[in-house]
Formats: sequence, C-alpha cells, structure tokens
Amino acid sequence: MKSRDQGKQDILMVGVGGQGIILASDILGDVALDIGLDVKKTDTLGMAQRGGSVTSHLRIGQKVWSPLINASEADILLAFEKLEGARWVGYLKPGGAVIINNMAIPPLSISLGTQVYPEDEAILDSFRRITGAVYLVDGTERVAGLGDARTLNIFMLGYLSRFLPLKITDAQWEKGMARHLPAKILDLNKRAFEAGRETAAGVNI
Amino acid sequence: MSKIRKLLSGNEAIALGAYHAGVRVATAYPGTPSTEILENMARFKDLYAEWSTNEKVAMEVGLGASYAGVRTLVSMKHVGLNVAADPFMAAATTGVHGGLVIVSADDPGIHSSQGEQDNRHFARLGRVPMIEPADSQEAYDFVTTAYEISEKYDTPVLFRITTRVAHSKSVVEVDMATLRAERNKYFHHHVEKYVMLPGHARLRVPHMHNRMAEITALAEVTPLNQVIEGDNRTGIISSGVGYEYAREVFPGASFLKLGLIYPLPPKLLQRFAGQVKKLFVVEELDPFLEETIKTMGIKVEGKQHIPRHGELNIGVVRHAAVKAEFLPPAGATTAATIGDLPGRPPLLCAGCPHAGAFFVLSTIGKRSKVLDASGRSEKESGLIITGDIGCYTLATYPPLRAMDTTACMGASIGQAIGLVKAGVTSKVVAVIGDSTFMHSGITGLIDAVYNDASITVIILDNGTTAMTGHQDHPGSGISAQGATTQKVAIEKVVEGVGVKNLQVVDAFDMKAIRSAIRSALDSGQLSVVIVRGKCAVTNRVRKNKRRVDQDACNDCGICLMIGCPAIQKKDGRVYIEAGTCMGDACGICQQICPKRAIGLEVKGA
Repeated sequence: MKSRDQGKQDILMVGVGGQGIILASDILGDVALDIGLDVKKTDTLGMAQRGGSVTSHLRIGQKVWSPLINASEADILLAFEKLEGARWVGYLKPGGAVIINNMAIPPLSISLGTQVYPEDEAILDSFRRITGAVYLVDGTERVAGLGDARTLNIFMLGYLSRFLPLKITDAQWEKGMARHLPAKILDLNKRAFEAGRETAAGVNI
Repeated sequence: MSKIRKLLSGNEAIALGAYHAGVRVATAYPGTPSTEILENMARFKDLYAEWSTNEKVAMEVGLGASYAGVRTLVSMKHVGLNVAADPFMAAATTGVHGGLVIVSADDPGIHSSQGEQDNRHFARLGRVPMIEPADSQEAYDFVTTAYEISEKYDTPVLFRITTRVAHSKSVVEVDMATLRAERNKYFHHHVEKYVMLPGHARLRVPHMHNRMAEITALAEVTPLNQVIEGDNRTGIISSGVGYEYAREVFPGASFLKLGLIYPLPPKLLQRFAGQVKKLFVVEELDPFLEETIKTMGIKVEGKQHIPRHGELNIGVVRHAAVKAEFLPPAGATTAATIGDLPGRPPLLCAGCPHAGAFFVLSTIGKRSKVLDASGRSEKESGLIITGDIGCYTLATYPPLRAMDTTACMGASIGQAIGLVKAGVTSKVVAVIGDSTFMHSGITGLIDAVYNDASITVIILDNGTTAMTGHQDHPGSGISAQGATTQKVAIEKVVEGVGVKNLQVVDAFDMKAIRSAIRSALDSGQLSVVIVRGKCAVTNRVRKNKRRVDQDACNDCGICLMIGCPAIQKKDGRVYIEAGTCMGDACGICQQICPKRAIGLEVKGA
C-alpha cells in the first residue's frame, strides 16, 4: 500500500437498529465534507425496521474510492453495543482504536436459552489481541443522567471526536448537528456531545 | 454561485438529476434498494409522482407519460422488473416520445430481496441501452445523458444501479441552475409506432436493431466510457461499484471505465486491449461484460477468479487479483475473530400487528411438535402456511416458525391453491400483507374464487408498506405526494370478487383472531380473514407498559413464543423491557399468559 493520505480515516460504526448510528455517521460525514475532505459512507441494515444489526461504514480522505471499509483496515471501531462490537472485531486494523459503549442488548436467542451472550472479558480480549487502544465507555449510563437515552448517538460522536486527527471547530460540529437534528432537541444533543467529549478527555488516547 | 457540493446517496442523486433533466412524471412501487428514488421525486411539487399499484402498472403509466412527450422516470428493484417485463418489452418495441428512463436497482448479496439476479441481461433482451453509474456524482450526471440518448435514439434507457450505489453516500457537485425548460406535451396519432399489431411490431423490430448499431457507434466516443491511462502491464475493465473497489486494489493500473455498459464499444475495447499486456474484468454477478468482450476476440480474465454471486469488496477483488497473478501474494493477514457469536436476526417489532395472528397460526396443526429448529421436517404439519413478501416473512424465524413458503410478490395465494389442488390433506393458509395484496394478490384471489379452492387467505392489514419504510398504497388512501385520495377498501375488493366467507378482526384481540382463523379453517370453503392493526413503527402511543408479576409467573415461557423483542429472560426469570414495550397499543402477551401474570406497569413497583 502507498502511504496513507492526509486525514484518511476509516470509521466503522456498529450497533442495534434504533440506536441512532446512521444519524451519527451522517453528521460526521457532513462535517468532513465541510472541512474539504472527500467522504463516502454506506450503511447496511437488516430487513427489519428495528432491532437488527446496523453497521455504517464512513470513509474520509483526500480521495475515497470504495464505499466499503476493508476487513482489518478500520482506523476506529465505534460500537454502540458490546455484542455488535465483538461481531466486527475483524474490521479493526492492528493498533486501531475501539470504543465500546458498555451496554448489552441481548438478542432473542439469549432469552430463548439457545445461545449465550459473550462475557465482557472475552469481548475485550478479542480486541486486546490486535490493539492496546480499547475503550469501554459507560455511554448509556451517562446519557441517562443527562435526561434522554436517545442522545447516546451524539454522546458517542462527542467521545469519538477526540480520536479524530482532523481539525474540526466547535462551530463546524454544531452546524453538522443542526443539519440533522430538530431545533427543539438540539441543545440537549449539544450537551450530550460535550459530555462525550469531556468523558474522552480523561482517557489516554 | 449555482454549484453546491452535497453528500447524497445514489438514489437521492438520481432523483435530483432526473428533476434537473426536466422529468415531469415519476412512477414506482417501493422495493429495496430503489425506494428512495420516488420518495425524493415526490418532494418536488412541480412534477407528478405516484406509488403505482405494482411495477407493471408503474411501467405502463410511465410509458403513457412518455407517449405524451414528457420526460419520465420509472424506478424499481431488480425483481420488480420481472413483474414489469411485459410492458418493458413493449416499451422497447414502441420506443418513446418524451425520454423514458427505467431504473433497475439490483441487490447483489441479497441484502433485502428474495433472490439475486443480474438485470444487465434485460438490456440485451430488450435491445435497449443500459447505463451504470459508479457513485452518486455519476448517478446525478448520467441521468441527463440517459434522457438525451432515450430521445435521440427513440428508446427507453435502462439505468442500472446496485444496492451499494443506491445506498452509499458520496460527494456530488450539483448544478442548481440546470433546471430544464418544460417540453411541449402532445400525443400524436401514429399507429405503426404505438399500436403493436403483429404487422406494426414487425416494422419496429428492425428499428430496434438499427438503433443498437447507432448506439454502439455512440459508445465508442461517449464520455460515459473513459480510459484512465496508467501502468501498461495491467488493464482493468470495470463498471459500477466494482470500479471503485478496483481503483483501490490496482492503484497504478490502466482502466477502461464503462458507464454505457450495453451496447459495448468494440473499437474502444480493441484499442484498450492493444495498450496493455493483460486484461482483467472486474464486475459483480454474471460475466456480462466479460462474455461480450470475449466474443469480440479479445482475451480477458475475470470470472474464473472472481465470484459470480454476492457483492464484491476490496478484499474479494484483491484475493481474485492475487489468484489471477495480477498482484503478488500479500503477507498473510488474518482478521481477528472471537468465535461463535449469537446472531441478531431481524424480528417483528414489539407491538407488531402481525405477531398475534402468527402466534395463533403457530399453535395450530401441531406445528410446534412437527417442526424442529433445523427448519426441515419430513412430516407434513396439520397446517401449511404459504407466505409472501413483507415484514411478516420474519415470522419464519423461531420462535414463531409460522411460514412454509415465500417466493415472490403475491405468490402465497397461488401456491396455496396449488397445494390444495394437488391434494394435500392438511389445511392450507396463505398469509399476505395489504400492500402485497394490492400489488399482486388480487388476481390470485380471483383464481381461488373462480376455481373453487378451499383455502384460507389471511390479509395482514397494517395500513402501510412497512418493510420498505412506510410508503402509502391504494389501501391507505394517501398519494405519494401526500394528497388524500379514494381509499381502496380491501374488504370490498374481497367481497366484490365473490368471496362469501369474510371476517375482519382486530390484530390485538387474541380471542377474536383465534376464533376467526378457527372458523375459517373449519368452514372447508374459500375464506378470507383480514387482521387489521396499525404498524408499531408508525404508532407513537405507548401508554401503560406491561410488566411481569414475578410472584405469579411460573416461567412457562409461552409469552416468549410471541418472539416479542420486549419480552426477555434473564437469570431464569421473564421480564418485559419497558423501553421497548408498546403497552396498550398491543397487550398480546397479557392475553396469552396462562397464569395472568402480565399486567399494567405499576408506578414505583
């Protein structure tokens, strides 16, 4: 491979339908376009409207060709749910960063007793085998404290913002959020973004 | 400044491109991955957009609009073109007046379809040109070219996209000043062109062949096809999203990037072949380009290395390139894994109006005893359930396992008739949704009336086309552009075609559903049960979440058999996830609990 171009980032966001993953990647995509970079993103959803696995591939750089991130090449894996994070471990590049929301949404097979939800340590170990940069975040708990569980996606985006080697101003983030969020919940989401960013400030990236 | 840069999906870009090309009529039936094209067209108030009853009607409406001289866009998913194949071939024969572009959205890898097919073959079948964009910018730009070709050569133009182009977002520079002037609308009487009597059709066929010869000459020079000069050791011929993957896998190679993929330009291909040492065709699905290029006597490699099914991606193309010795073997990088993980198959939503009917069906005919988790059984259950296309196909999965067949839109009723007429001894039920019934269930029902088939048809009426994202349909009484229209009442259609045994029940009244289905099955005659309830996703009312009284619950697990995502089991106890439960809007679990252990959420409990 040739040397990676300036600002190139492959970000894979994964989770469960209804967690606002696609909205989060839409915002980051628009922000990246706003700062003059090429952007491609592609979302894969299951058949159902809600409750299935959701992944969003977001690729940013001077020139992006494929809309899909290649296996073992994602710079950052942002997982909104632990099992979904584990499912996509193969997409993280060695030494890449993985940010996992500390939340389990067990699929029906767990309740029916036909399968077992993996232990936290097994999930974290699978990541630690390829990178030291593993961050387990109590996102769901934090946004519950902010008053609305639905701001998880923006909290995670705020957390992620610390990891991006891109120059993005506060005003650019706000513009991106304003484009995708209704005005009446914009302030709430700005607080969630800020909370995410502050939470990440304490960690050693 | 009139140019702006936007991040658009392929579907959004097609709609905007079509609008800027002056399209005045747009038709479609919803189908992944094509749905958003018409949704976006419908937002423009200075054109006419409709959800048609099905793709065949969409094509016919589009053809009529083209005959009137206006630019027209017809969009559908790949299998939709099967439904519309008859008027498509007619359009190919008569040609057009106003430009007619037909978007065929293929689904390699079967993200949300009943099958995989390569609709590039329709171009050859219909002797019409086909254009394929690789990203949203091309989707936007190529639409205008498609209309120019359509009008100049008197032909419909197929515009082929795939899921990855339709649903990926990429940067598009949009020229907001290019809005095209209104065309004159008039229909001219021209029987040899528009009335396809055999004598007239015979005159049209040579025209079809002549236009393909002319478009082949165009293909040699059109900017839709471009050569990207590079290293002369490797020449890559590609189109669509395959080109995007190939650009990453072969950073320095020479490329012939095809945007007009049918007919192909023989001279350009010969010239490109002469410039490079080895040629590699990178294309998804069938060897459509490869086989045509080979018939020109050009030596290429392709499908002996690249899979013929599923989606391509960087990894697949790179692997093929190494196998074909176009690239040196890469160092072994094994992707990390964690072993077997529980899957997360899509489910019917909490509060889904289909769940109650399927729960009842799953308890009839000893299905739960006869069918095991493998999904196969040599034994015939006492109740055979033919299914159809929609969210409700998800009832196939455990724990409901309440579907035995699903083929294509509307097939449930015909299949049920066939099973009964073949002489199966079990009762046969066909299950079909409201939008699918309108699409192509009605003709099957007429067949059942006419041929006296003793089947039961269950029409699940949630008032919307839910699976594809809640589009309206004839039964909802709202048009694609939001106008209130005459609602087509399903029960009147059913009665009108002569069904004597019809019942309509509330989708959340378990007793009523059970008794209606029972009496329908016992009647021994053709019977229809309409199960009516609002789609959970469109239903915003979530009062009085249900909860499990842990003292009364004996963990029998019957409520888990609904397959409701809100009902979960942890540490051996069943509980209801309050954030997911739909409360009063549903209440199915409360009605089926033998211990009456499910009730209203108690504040502070």
